Amino acid sequence: MIPEIGHFALIISLCLAVILTLVPAWGAWRGNSVAMALAPSLSVGLLVFVGISFACLSTAFLQDDFSVKLVASHSNSLLPPIYKFAAVWGNHEGSLLLWLLILSLWTAAVAVFSSQLPLLVLSRVLSVMGGIGVGFLAFSLFTSNPFARLLPGTPVDGSDLNPLLQDPGLIIHPPLLYMGYVGFSVAFAFAIAALMGGRLDASWARWSRPWTNIAWAFLSLGIMLGSWWAYYELGWGGWWFWDPVENASFMPWLAGTALIHSLAATEKRGLFKSWTVLLAIFAFSLSLLGTFLVRSGVLTSVHAFATDPARGLFILIFLAIVVGGSLTLYAFRAPAVSSRVSFGWVSRESLLLWNNVVFLVATITVLFGTLFPLMVDALGQGKISVGPPYFNAVFVPLMALLVPFMGAGPISRWKRDTVSRWRGELVIPAAVAVVCGFTLPLLQAPYNIWVALAVLMSSWLFIGLARDVLQKVRTPAGPLRGWRRLTPGYCGMVIAHLGFAACVTGVVATSQYSVEHDLKMRPGDVRDLAGYDFRFIDVMQVRGPNFVAEEARFEVTRDGVPVAIMMPQKRRYLATGSVMTEAAIDAGLFRDLYVAMGEPVGSGGAWAMRLHYKPMVRWMWLGAILMAAGAFTAALDKRYRRQRATSPAETVAHGV
Amino acid sequence: MGSRLKLFIPLLLFAILALFLFRGLGLDPAEMPSALIDQPLPEFSLPELGGASNLSRADVIGQVGLLNVWATWCVACRVEHPYLLELAGQGVPIFGLNYKDDDRGASEWLVELGNPYELNIVDREGTLGLDLGVYGAPETYLLDAQGVIRFRHVGIVDQNVWATILQPLYQSLQAEMPVQ
Repeated sequence: MIPEIGHFALIISLCLAVILTLVPAWGAWRGNSVAMALAPSLSVGLLVFVGISFACLSTAFLQDDFSVKLVASHSNSLLPPIYKFAAVWGNHEGSLLLWLLILSLWTAAVAVFSSQLPLLVLSRVLSVMGGIGVGFLAFSLFTSNPFARLLPGTPVDGSDLNPLLQDPGLIIHPPLLYMGYVGFSVAFAFAIAALMGGRLDASWARWSRPWTNIAWAFLSLGIMLGSWWAYYELGWGGWWFWDPVENASFMPWLAGTALIHSLAATEKRGLFKSWTVLLAIFAFSLSLLGTFLVRSGVLTSVHAFATDPARGLFILIFLAIVVGGSLTLYAFRAPAVSSRVSFGWVSRESLLLWNNVVFLVATITVLFGTLFPLMVDALGQGKISVGPPYFNAVFVPLMALLVPFMGAGPISRWKRDTVSRWRGELVIPAAVAVVCGFTLPLLQAPYNIWVALAVLMSSWLFIGLARDVLQKVRTPAGPLRGWRRLTPGYCGMVIAHLGFAACVTGVVATSQYSVEHDLKMRPGDVRDLAGYDFRFIDVMQVRGPNFVAEEARFEVTRDGVPVAIMMPQKRRYLATGSVMTEAAIDAGLFRDLYVAMGEPVGSGGAWAMRLHYKPMVRWMWLGAILMAAGAFTAALDKRYRRQRATSPAETVAHGV
Repeated sequence: MGSRLKLFIPLLLFAILALFLFRGLGLDPAEMPSALIDQPLPEFSLPELGGASNLSRADVIGQVGLLNVWATWCVACRVEHPYLLELAGQGVPIFGLNYKDDDRGASEWLVELGNPYELNIVDREGTLGLDLGVYGAPETYLLDAQGVIRFRHVGIVDQNVWATILQPLYQSLQAEMPVQ
């Protein structure tokens, strides 16, 4: 019964979404404010019914209702309850329902938190989001119904969730990622609404900015978690593979980064208007493209869902309507005349422009690398694959071109600045950065030129930011007053840029300094790795809720001082019989120690073991968390919550 | 008017991209270019991993078996590996083609994860891979006793692929063997 209620709620959601798309848009066109005013309530209604549907599917999973096909093929009665819940989105149909839930969440959030928007704009925005909802609801109902039953022939037990996915990372990784993906639909909807209304001014940029920041922050966290999950769950210490599915999440992030910066210029200076609208369309289109790539089977990937050409065709048609439609609208409605606002070559505007160029080139590079095999195949030129060497070769120089200018960003002024002022501001950070870059890597022998460059760049960013903050804080009224004067927007920028610096350091240091050994070890053996002694004590049999495992114990010491007891496992999951490696990680700010078990070798209890020493690997994820925190902080800025009308009376009333 | 036309460029680019994507839907990335199916395995002379002498086509034929393309840089191969060990344990002969890899890493991998292979051909430059039309790793070819390629699977061989696709073919080929 419950699955049928869920199915029915999904059908009602589709009806609501259709009404949400048509009625407010009609109202906006005819100037009918009653029709327009329906949009917020319809959005909330959509959330309620998609929520009911999602709750029903979750119930089916939690109650082991194996008559539901999805539950039977992705869950098992032995699975711990939390993973039964996570199994809801550990498959194509369920993850699509999660996507819908999050889309309706964003739609309702816009309806609730944007009451200061003019009704005309709000109804258009919600109508666009409703249209996206129609596409995905139809996709779910017509090609991927999550509530399909297995009647008769209900199995006694389910065939279990893929063991790789039985992990805390998976519980939160997809929801965060989708929050990001789908969140870009808000910026997209604002852009389309602005194009429809023909008013591309600073106000739409101001409305879009907090939403874009929040979506981008979620996407950063989602990507970070994915990388972290791969690191500890795949059992061999890698953290980024340039896999098509990873790229699918990285492309919207890159485009979103460009969008955030370009929105700043549009809001503050009324510049790059058409360009910013185009980026908003790009960011969401790339999210949709990612969906297409993951769910259609056009590319091979370890992550890809079970695929079906009918689904692929459906998303492609939807993609063509959404992206093709919005780009057509853009071509007809975007302001063709370049804005009369001018800026000098030495100015904050030109730095933001440079940021946009770099991130756009990066996006296109990744897009091209991801689709290249498909294009070559489509042209009948055979089948090839593009590997990490291509991406690394293009990406590293791009980032190196970005950072020097990024350091100048915070101190630069709008409109027109002078080289001599920049020189005055930047000479100290540059000098300190050079000193840091040359000396800090000396702490670790042998001297590594790449790490030296990374330290040079990140300290350039760090010192520039620190100096700028200190200068801003220094006021006649004392530093406390100065701290309070910093706006959330500025603080967010500083935090996010620091996060980027940490990320660069982490990526380069861990790529250059990591040490790994594959060894045969017998109980009692001691091996030395990067100054740590790993003593293999013994192997024991342990039992988990739905697996049995062999668990090795390692005692790690440094110069005789105990550091950690590490217990990697080799698990055998009972339902599928699949074997998984569960690495043991001793995490630290400056280094991770990592032990993974291979196979037993010969007799005498010897095992193949993989020992890793990974310096500063945490900095990368810490950096991503900082970037997300920065974006959240910036979204809190008071000016986004200002009232719609800026009439003098109200300004006075609010004391702004 | 010229500046308005400029705004159509993104639409045009997207249209081209959409055409490619549409074409891509009709193609199966896991599909074998038909040219090599039912063709004999190409001749080669390549070193053996951990061995002194060169291997040739004669070393891998004579029985129905699998030729598995793998490399240490390949994420999916790691996922596939435990199942290959299981298949090897069931007595299915598996030959490895270590594709564009470095020998030391490959040897360490086999020590660490276990070795399901009868022997491993080292294809450092990817020459045999080129002849076979290898798309990426992992790939698995089903060879009959005469060394004719009967099937190609791109992607991971797991319980599902083996039971539904490869095993029936493998068994029917084995049944053919005594007759010839």
